[in-house]
Amino acid sequence: MSTRQVGEKVQRREDPRLLTGNGRFVDDLGRGALHAAFVRSPHAHARILDIDIGDAWELEGVEAVYTWEDLPGRVAEPLPVLIPHPALTHPRTGYCLATQEVNHVGEAVVMVVARDRYLAEDACARIRVDYEPLPPVVGIPAAREAARLVHDDVPGNVAATLLQEVGDLESAMAAAPHRLTLDLAVERSASTPLEGRGVLARWDTDDGSLRLYSSTQTSTGLRAAVAAKLGLPLAKVEVVTPDVGGGFGVKIVHPWPEEVLVPWAARVLGHDVKWTEDRREHFVSAAHERGQLQEVTVGFDDEGHLLALDVRFWHDNGAYTPYGIIVPIITATQLLGPYKPGAYRVEFWSLYTNTVLVTPYRGAGRPQGCFAMERTMDAIAARLGLDRAEVRSRNFIQPEEMPYDQGLMFQDGRPLKYDSGDFPASLAALKALVGWEDFEGYRAEAERAGRRVGLGIGCYVEGTGVGPYEGGHVHVETDGRVNVATGLTTQGQGHQTVLAQVVADELGVRLEDVHVTTGDTRAMPYAVGTFASRGAVMSGNAVALAARVVRAKALRIAADALEVSPDDLEIADGVVSVRGAPGTAVDLGTVAVLANPLRYAFDTAAQAATQFAGTFDPQRPPVAEDDEPGLEGRDFYSPTQATFANGMHAAVVETDPVTAEVRILRYCVVHDCGVMVNPMIVEGQVHGGVAQGVGGALYERMVYDEGGQLLNASFMDFLMPYASEVPHVETDHLETPSPLNPLGLKGAGEAGTIPVSAVIASAIEDAEGIPIRSMPISPPELWALRQQHAAGTVTAQEGPS
Amino acid sequence: MSGQAGSAAGAPGAEELLEVTLRVNGVSRTAGVPARRLLSDFLRHDLGLTGTHVGCEHGVCGACTVLLDGEPARACLVFAVSAQPHEVTTVEGLGSDPGALGPVQRAFLECHALQCGFCTPGFLTTVTAYLEDTPDPTEAEAREAISGNLCRCTGYQNIVSAVLRAAELRRGATPEPTP
Repeated sequence: MSTRQVGEKVQRREDPRLLTGNGRFVDDLGRGALHAAFVRSPHAHARILDIDIGDAWELEGVEAVYTWEDLPGRVAEPLPVLIPHPALTHPRTGYCLATQEVNHVGEAVVMVVARDRYLAEDACARIRVDYEPLPPVVGIPAAREAARLVHDDVPGNVAATLLQEVGDLESAMAAAPHRLTLDLAVERSASTPLEGRGVLARWDTDDGSLRLYSSTQTSTGLRAAVAAKLGLPLAKVEVVTPDVGGGFGVKIVHPWPEEVLVPWAARVLGHDVKWTEDRREHFVSAAHERGQLQEVTVGFDDEGHLLALDVRFWHDNGAYTPYGIIVPIITATQLLGPYKPGAYRVEFWSLYTNTVLVTPYRGAGRPQGCFAMERTMDAIAARLGLDRAEVRSRNFIQPEEMPYDQGLMFQDGRPLKYDSGDFPASLAALKALVGWEDFEGYRAEAERAGRRVGLGIGCYVEGTGVGPYEGGHVHVETDGRVNVATGLTTQGQGHQTVLAQVVADELGVRLEDVHVTTGDTRAMPYAVGTFASRGAVMSGNAVALAARVVRAKALRIAADALEVSPDDLEIADGVVSVRGAPGTAVDLGTVAVLANPLRYAFDTAAQAATQFAGTFDPQRPPVAEDDEPGLEGRDFYSPTQATFANGMHAAVVETDPVTAEVRILRYCVVHDCGVMVNPMIVEGQVHGGVAQGVGGALYERMVYDEGGQLLNASFMDFLMPYASEVPHVETDHLETPSPLNPLGLKGAGEAGTIPVSAVIASAIEDAEGIPIRSMPISPPELWALRQQHAAGTVTAQEGPS
Repeated sequence: MSGQAGSAAGAPGAEELLEVTLRVNGVSRTAGVPARRLLSDFLRHDLGLTGTHVGCEHGVCGACTVLLDGEPARACLVFAVSAQPHEVTTVEGLGSDPGALGPVQRAFLECHALQCGFCTPGFLTTVTAYLEDTPDPTEAEAREAISGNLCRCTGYQNIVSAVLRAAELRRGATPEPTP
C-alpha cells in the first residue's frame, strides 16, 4: 500500500534542479535575443515637451528606438484597468510609453532595442527628453489636501471612496461607556523579489505566432492582455512562465508596459527581444504597497467588549490604478480579524500621488488592517487596565458561531463569511508557546539587569483561496508517467511538490511518477493566477478533482480488462488490482494503452490497443459516445467564497535604553491553515512571511523627498533584512479543516507577514510604556518618541472616555 | 555575444573586444568581450553558466557570489577581464548534476533552505567557502556566516539549519535532520 503523501514533510521535487544551476529563470533564456532598455522619467510630475533621440540610432549595435508616437493601435492606448469596481469612479492607468505627461519617477518614456543591454543603456544615455516640470503630489497629507492634482481631471486626487456599515454605528457609539480615538500610520514598502521583472518574446515570422516568457504571477492573464493589445488571436499567443525568482504580489500586475512593448518589438523586428529589469528600475517602475493613514474610533464597555468601531483611512494608490482598489478593500474588511466588532463602519479614500503605483504586496492591505485593529485592542486594554490577551479573547468569534458572516463584501465581491477556525484554541496555544503568564517574572528579572523588554501580540484572519477558479489536468502516459498541469504560476511555493503529493494520493501512484507543470498556457489555458494565498486551495483541489476523474476512468477500463466490478478494484503504486487478490492486476500504464484505441503500434506495449488485439464488442464504437481517448481528465475547482485561515503571533523584544535599538528576542507563531499538504513547506512560508513582516516593522520604507524622488532606490539604502535581523521563529500549528473544499485546505502564503508590524508595535509599547502609532519604527524615531514622552509632548491621541 | 569582433570594428561607437580567458570550474573558457563586461554577465551570457544569478548589480544582495581562488566574491562587482588570474568556481562547479548533489546542496535540500531558488547559488558558494574555514560552526556562527546574502523567501531560518547540516555531511555524519 502506498504511503499517504498529503500531510508529510516531503522534500521538494524542484530543488535538485535549482541547487545545481539548472533552474531556468527568464534571463537565463534567449541567448542571442536583442535587449531592451528604457529611458525613464527623472521627474515625478512633468509634461513631455520634446524627445530628441539624437545619434542614439547610430550607435553600433542599436536596432531600434521607439517613443509613444511609434506605437500603433491598441499598443498606444492606456493600459487596462484590471479590476473595475463601482466605487472606483476615477480609474487612471499609464501608457506603455508616456505620451504627454509623466506621473512618477521611473515611468517609461523611450524604448531602445540593441544587441546587448550595455549598448542599449549607452543609447538611452544619448537620448534627451525635454520636460516641463509640474508640482508633484507626494505623501497622503498632500494628496488629501489636494492643493495640487496628480491628474487634472480627478478632483481631490480621489480615485475611489467606499463606505461599508454593519449595524447602527452612530447609536452604538453614542451608547458606549468608553470611547477612544487612535491616529495611525503605516509606511510604504514593496515586494522586492530577488529576481525583478523580465520578459522574453519569440516571434515566429513563418507561423505568425508569439511565445512569451515572463516572470509573472499570471500566465493566462498576461496571454489575454497581450493578445488584446497586439491584436492577435489568442490561438497565436502562448505564455510560458519559467522559474520565477519570487513574486510576493508585484508580478500579478499585468500587462506591465514592458510585457506589451517587448513582444510588439519582437514582431516588428522579426527577432527575439528580451528585457531584464534592473534593481533601480524595480524600485521606481514596478509597484509598492502599504502606505496608509488611519483614524480609528472605538466604543467599548467596562469589560472591554467592542460595541462600535468606526474606521476611516486614506490609502496612497500611487500614480495609477491598474489593479483597482483591491488593497484598501482588503484593509477595510480584514481589519476585523477574529473579532465581533459590534456596529462597524469603515470608509476609505484611495488617493493619487506622483509616486510608483501601489498594488498588492504579500498581505495585501491586511497588515494595515491588522495594525489598526490590534493597536485598538491594546489601547482598550491599557485604558481598562486589563490583560491584552484577555481583551482579545472577550471579543473572539467562538467556534460554535462558525460559519460567521461579518456582513461585509469581501475583495471577491462575495460575503465576508468565515468558514471555520478555533480562535480560543489558537490563543491558548500561543500563550503556552510564548509563556504569556510567566512574562512579568521575566520582565522583572531583565529590569534587575538593567534591560528593558516587552511582550507583544497580534491576531488576524486571512481570507485565502479566492476564486473564480483554477483547473487541473491529469494525464497518464503508457509508461505510467503522470503529467499534471495547472495554470497558476509558481514563485517558490513548491507547487511541483505539493500538487504531486495531492495527485499521488488521489490517483494511487508513486510521487516520483508525478510531474507537475504550472503557468504554461500550452498545458492549461484556463487559469487565474497566483495571489491571495490561493495556490494550494485552488490548484490543490483542482488537481485532486482531475485525478478523481482519471481514477474513475482507470477503474472502469481496468474492470473491463480484468472482468471484475470497478468496486472491487483499488489503485496503489500505479497498479490497479482486485482487492484481496493482488495477483489479478494491471498497471496504469497498460490502462493508458487500453484507453487509447490504436491503429498503429508505436511500441510493444501499444500492440495491446490495436484493432486485431483482444476481443471487443463489434456493436460498440472503439471510443464510446460519452468517452474520449486517453487516460486523462480535467476538472476545475470554483468555490462559492474564500476560505479563512487565521493565526496569532507574539514577540518578545528588547529595546536599548541608550541607543533605542530594537532587538527581537523571541518570535512565536500559531498558525491555522486547515489541512497542511506539506507542513515543511507551510513552515517555510511562515518563516519567510515573518521575515518580510520584520522588514516592514523595523527597517523597510520608501523614502520619497518632497519632489517625488525615491531616495533609497537600491539594496544599499532600502534595508531589506539579512539573517542578522530576522529572529528564529517558533511555530505551532492548528489544523481546522475548511468545510468548503474537498481537501479541507486554507491558504498559507501571506499569513506570516500580516500581524508582524502590529506585534512588534505592541511589544515596543509594552517595553517602553509609550504609545506606538506609526510603523515601521527606527531607532532614531523611537529615541525621538522617548524625548517627546519625557517632555510630556507625546499625544497618546486617545480621547476621553 | 562572442565572435562579433569583426563586424563591430570601425562602426561608430564600436567597442574594442578583448579575448578573455578564464578558468571556470576547472575548465579554461574563452570569449571576446568588451573591457567593461561584468564577470556575472560573462559567466551567464557569454559562457552560458546561468546558475549565477544577478539580483541587484550593486554588490549588496549576494546572489551572484562566486568563488575566486576559493574566496567568495560578488561577480557583479568584478570585470571579467580582471578575473583572468583567478580560478573561478560557480554553483555549477559545486555539482551540476541534479542526481548527484554536493554536501552543501544536499543540506539545502534536506532542510528546505530554498524556495524560489534565485538567491540560492550565492548562498551555496558562500557556505561552501565558509565551511572550508570553519568546518564545525555553532548556530550563531552559521547565522553570521550567511548575513551578507539576501533572501526574500525563506526568512533564513532553514538556511542556518542547512549550514549546520552541511557541516555534518562534510564530516561524514548522516543522521536525517528534522526540517
